[in-house]
Amino acid sequence: MEYFLQQLINGLTLGSIYGLIAIGYTMVYGIIGMINFAHGDIFMVGAFVSLIALLLITALGITAVPLALLLVLVIAMIITSLYGWTVERVAYRPLRGSFRLAPLISAIGMSIVLQNYIQIVQGARVKAIQPIVTGGIPLMESADGFVARIANIQIIIIVTTVVLMTVFSLIVAKTSLGRAQRACEQDLKMAALLGIDTNRVISLTFVMGAALAAVAGCMYLVYYGVLDFYIGFVAGVKAFTAAVLGGIGSLPGAMLGGILIGLIEAFWAGYFSSEYKDVAAFSILAIALIFLPTGILGRPEVEKV
Amino acid sequence: MSPSMSSDTILTVDNLTMRFGGLTAVDSLSFTATRGEITALIGPNGAGKTTVFNCITGFYKPTEGRIALAHGSAAAFDRLEDLTDSPEQFSRNGSDALFLLERMQDHDVSGKAHVARTFQNIRLFGGMTVLENLMVAQHLPLMKASGYSIFGLLGLPGYRKAENEAIDKARYWLEHINLVDRADEPAAGLPYGDQRRLEIARAMCSDPVLLCLDEPAAGLNARESHDLNDILTFIRREHGTSLLLIEHDMSVVMEISDHVVVLDYGKKISDGTPDYVRNDPKVIAAYLGVDDEEIDDVEAEVSK
Repeated sequence: MEYFLQQLINGLTLGSIYGLIAIGYTMVYGIIGMINFAHGDIFMVGAFVSLIALLLITALGITAVPLALLLVLVIAMIITSLYGWTVERVAYRPLRGSFRLAPLISAIGMSIVLQNYIQIVQGARVKAIQPIVTGGIPLMESADGFVARIANIQIIIIVTTVVLMTVFSLIVAKTSLGRAQRACEQDLKMAALLGIDTNRVISLTFVMGAALAAVAGCMYLVYYGVLDFYIGFVAGVKAFTAAVLGGIGSLPGAMLGGILIGLIEAFWAGYFSSEYKDVAAFSILAIALIFLPTGILGRPEVEKV
Repeated sequence: MSPSMSSDTILTVDNLTMRFGGLTAVDSLSFTATRGEITALIGPNGAGKTTVFNCITGFYKPTEGRIALAHGSAAAFDRLEDLTDSPEQFSRNGSDALFLLERMQDHDVSGKAHVARTFQNIRLFGGMTVLENLMVAQHLPLMKASGYSIFGLLGLPGYRKAENEAIDKARYWLEHINLVDRADEPAAGLPYGDQRRLEIARAMCSDPVLLCLDEPAAGLNARESHDLNDILTFIRREHGTSLLLIEHDMSVVMEISDHVVVLDYGKKISDGTPDYVRNDPKVIAAYLGVDDEEIDDVEAEVSK
């Protein structure tokens, strides 16, 4: 029981990070029907920006952890958003209206560009930081002495994710901007004919996705404490899996998919073998695609004839 | 009636040509529409009517030609040649403004020039509610009220006020199309006739000066078609919106339009009042499929 609880907490933490990244995939897919393969690398850039921001802030002498974390988060979101915006502007927008595979190939290209760029400017070695948030709350102790505990950093990650998801869902559900996004999602051309600047809405979607990926990157940094230029690939593919599992194009789906993938990984690693946790995650994806092709919360495309 | 510049012109189309590869869908078409009137564009299938609409609303860039729209008074057309020679898309002068629609992007045609349209195959946002469909059309004023910022969206008083006004306007139109009770249902679930009227209401929510309707009566039964006539005449009477209409249903065309332009194979073959057009031998020939040589015979037949 204690062990189960521990894996549940670990899985939720991991799932929050995947969920934050998955939102970027699902929103971009929803609006322009394209898989942004560079999104995982935007997450990686977010993690590196967080690292640099953290070092700068520490150097400036701000040692209060909550303030430092908040500053890092804000800086990472802003700078990573710029990356997201730029990627869309230079690599996808010129290809809009060209054949469907063109932006996909361009996205893979951007992914490689970002990886190599970070590899060159930051070096290929693994970077590590001291844990900045320590401690935790013991929850349960079993007879043989195993203590299930929730670390403070896990609380921070889960709470931040929940808060951001709520704000974000409110923006999409209630505001004019969100309405425009949903309208673009359903019929881009018609939205334009109602006076909506669709290019701006698409840019904003990339910016929002990148901002959330930056949050995920920042959380990843403080949770694991190590990063290199290649983390974007695996995390990106996992988050993409989460988006597909939850139903690509659906925001709650992305979150749910992220948490499910996180839980599957944590439980598999905890009860079976941690070497095969990726196999478990992707097997679930394959099974889901066979029996539930539109994902858990995805809408089936019904064509009226 | 000739297509001369009448006292209060809102739209002039000059030598509009649209080619798709070797196919000339619209061939140097010129016509004008008068402010506050209903202008109908009719013609057999494939005559190029929808292509004309697509050019006017920025969906297509015309191969050649000029499409000019005036806000305020027709005096704006005095600047037409100057504007054409300049690289600008539009010129404003007090309350008057002149727009060259063929130079503008699709979202500016709606957002700046205030031209709205509906489609032959209805294009509502089916997954959004009826009310949201009407709110999307008011995106621009709402974004302006929010100061284009996330903080504005999350509850500045100016934005709140603008949003309430937008809801009021949406409710006004829902009352006129009898859909208040279904405001929170997804638009895709409405019956066909209601969807048609909702699409018109959505277009009206973007405050158009010119509303382009592509076959609004298609697929409607007699009663729905009658309701449609009512809503169109209401729009013209109460809002002074000029209407440009593509229609096959001759009862609609003849009953409500003030001016009819007839296209066949992308060319204009007749232009005038409904009565004039109805008796034009060339129109009869186009609709009944008579060879060119036989037009004279038809003409003789009609004049009998």
